[in-house]
Amino acid sequence: MVFAEQHNGKIHPVTFELLSKGRELADRKEVELSSVILGHQIREEAKELIYYGADKVFIFDHPTLKEFDSILYKQNIVSLIREEKPEIVLIGATHLGRSLAPRIAAALNTGLTADCIDLQLDEDGELIQVRPAFTGNILAYIKTKTKPVMTTVRYKVFKARERDPMRKGEIIEKEVKVVEDTGTKILGKIPREAVNISDAGVVVAGGRGLRRPDDLKMLEELASLLGGVVGVSRPLVDEGWASKDRQVGFSGNIVKPKLYVAVGISGSPQHLAGMKDSEIVVAINVDPSAPIFNVADYGVVGDLYEVIPKPIEKIKLRKMKL
Amino acid sequence: MTDNEFHIVVLIKPVPDMEKVRFDVEKGVVDRSSAPLEINPFDLNALEAAVQIKEKLGGEVTAVSMAPPAAESVLRDAIARGADRAVLLTDRRFAGADTLATSYALASAIRKLGRFNLIICGEKTVDGDTGQVGPEVAEMLGIPHIAYVTEIREVTKEKLLVVSELGAPYLMELKLPGLITVTKDVNKPRLPTLKDKLKARKAKVEVWSADDLADVADVSRFGFSGSPTQVVKVLVPPMKKRRSQIFKGEDAVDKLIEALEMEGLLR
Ligand SMILES: Cc1cc2nc3c(=O)[nH]c(=O)nc-3n(C[C@H](O)[C@H](O)[C@H](O)COP(=O)(O)OP(=O)(O)OC[C@H]3O[C@@H](n4cnc5c(N)ncnc54)[C@H](O)[C@@H]3O)c2cc1C
Ligand SMILES: Nc1ncnc2c1ncn2[C@@H]1O[C@H](COP(=O)(O)O)[C@@H](O)[C@H]1O
Repeated sequence: MVFAEQHNGKIHPVTFELLSKGRELADRKEVELSSVILGHQIREEAKELIYYGADKVFIFDHPTLKEFDSILYKQNIVSLIREEKPEIVLIGATHLGRSLAPRIAAALNTGLTADCIDLQLDEDGELIQVRPAFTGNILAYIKTKTKPVMTTVRYKVFKARERDPMRKGEIIEKEVKVVEDTGTKILGKIPREAVNISDAGVVVAGGRGLRRPDDLKMLEELASLLGGVVGVSRPLVDEGWASKDRQVGFSGNIVKPKLYVAVGISGSPQHLAGMKDSEIVVAINVDPSAPIFNVADYGVVGDLYEVIPKPIEKIKLRKMKL
Repeated sequence: MTDNEFHIVVLIKPVPDMEKVRFDVEKGVVDRSSAPLEINPFDLNALEAAVQIKEKLGGEVTAVSMAPPAAESVLRDAIARGADRAVLLTDRRFAGADTLATSYALASAIRKLGRFNLIICGEKTVDGDTGQVGPEVAEMLGIPHIAYVTEIREVTKEKLLVVSELGAPYLMELKLPGLITVTKDVNKPRLPTLKDKLKARKAKVEVWSADDLADVADVSRFGFSGSPTQVVKVLVPPMKKRRSQIFKGEDAVDKLIEALEMEGLLR
């Protein structure tokens, strides 16, 4: 069973990735793949879950479910799981998923593995859950003795299947359990200039090698020429030079772009945890022994203030010619 | 202590310092003796939040850890940083716990403590890195929780007004008793003064065994036997193969540009 995360009626893309992996597991185990969605006026969205691979979709549709409420969501999902007895429950390892899944697991007294990056079946058809631990330094392979096996899965590790609007499935409306006062209330949204570095194809990231906040402009210029965005290491966020949605790393965002350019970043384990799966890594650092060079495809040992202007010039020149 | 005092419980995990801890690539094991234990960095933020709330509302902050006996010094550090009381759950029967069994032991200890108004956890630990223990404890105690709190705007004895990173940042209200998990952005933990450190050295850390919780818990749900998830294998992931072309000197930047052009990345 795949939990479908939605915000304002829009399904989070991790859901489609989970449906794709779920489909594969269900086919190999020769069982059904179901999905559950909670919200208000979400019947149209429920169809999408079938187009992306579900055989059966359970809908909980009610005004009180419009916004996320961990206790309301938990209660309805727990009673569904008790009725349907799925073997495996997959939830996206988003903030919402990681807040909801443990409540469900604790209520069902079952095992939960967090933030998986791979799911495999062993010879006995049992689920092996692979997850990083120790700040990304190790990978743990985990099995669960209880049922359902519950897992949260990181966004962007599996590929969503192609949407197939011809796919058929069953949509089942469930009766919603309502609780008057769950103890938490969403009072409003905080407007924020949202930069999504996790989805960017190119990230140019600056670290403590930069001398002034203003110098980030230089990186911005390079990033925009490359069609990418600027990221930063944590100290720059702590100093207030950049907003935390730009932070790459263990306590920030995980990125996996085609090109990651680390400028004046040493490459601490906590930073690597957020970018080491990038396709091509370029590092620019004055210190030849900086650990960032260990994960770099290309690097320049040199002063970033001398290095960065050159590719900027070069690309600009080329664009002028075109 | 009277009963209408505000009771805050902070859950603190003693963890190895990630800058120092070594990993045996061959055997795929973590050499836990290679680094001393310290307070999980995110739990420093949790403790600081608790101390700040106590400074406003009065009351008492209790730090609770489940860890090996060597963690006593970590709890002393928590006292130096403002906790009034520290409880260490330590027993062979707690060992080998996954998040469910850990949460169960911690929730049981909180029950044993009696009254609590607010429980504060870190966002996640640097070793386990699940972020599950907070919400599981809340579920086991039957109280509401808000995870990923980045800002505490208002506190009264009845409720909290916080900003949480759930989806878009939300402004949220939490009725007490309740639990929050905090990120590093919630505050800047203060450093303990020398005086606080000296005082903490003499402070008593209460040590509880599994049997001490027998009146509030089912001891078979502690530790390895109470853990539904089991690690079957640990691997130090092989680094992704990199081209490792590091250029130095005069024409280094030209070489870099050339290489990126070859990759089709400069367009
Ligand atoms: C629990 C925890 C979570 C953390 N989470 C994160 C996280 O999510 N993300 C993160 O990034 N960090 C995180 N950290 C912090 C991390 O440990 C490091 O402190 C941080 O990554 C270092 O940032 P940096 O590389 O920019 O700075 P430094 O380590 O100071 O490196 C600066 C580099 O710039 C180079 N340099 C200096 N001048 C120049 C120049 N003119 N030209 C070229 N190079 C130059 C230097 O040689 C050096 O290598 C976390 C720490 C903890 C404890
Ligand atoms: N053994 C433990 N002792 C005390 N608190 C813990 C323990 N394990 C986890 N916690 C708390 O739960 C939070 C989340 O931990 P985790 O689920 O391991 O990422 C931590 O930041 C702590 O506040």
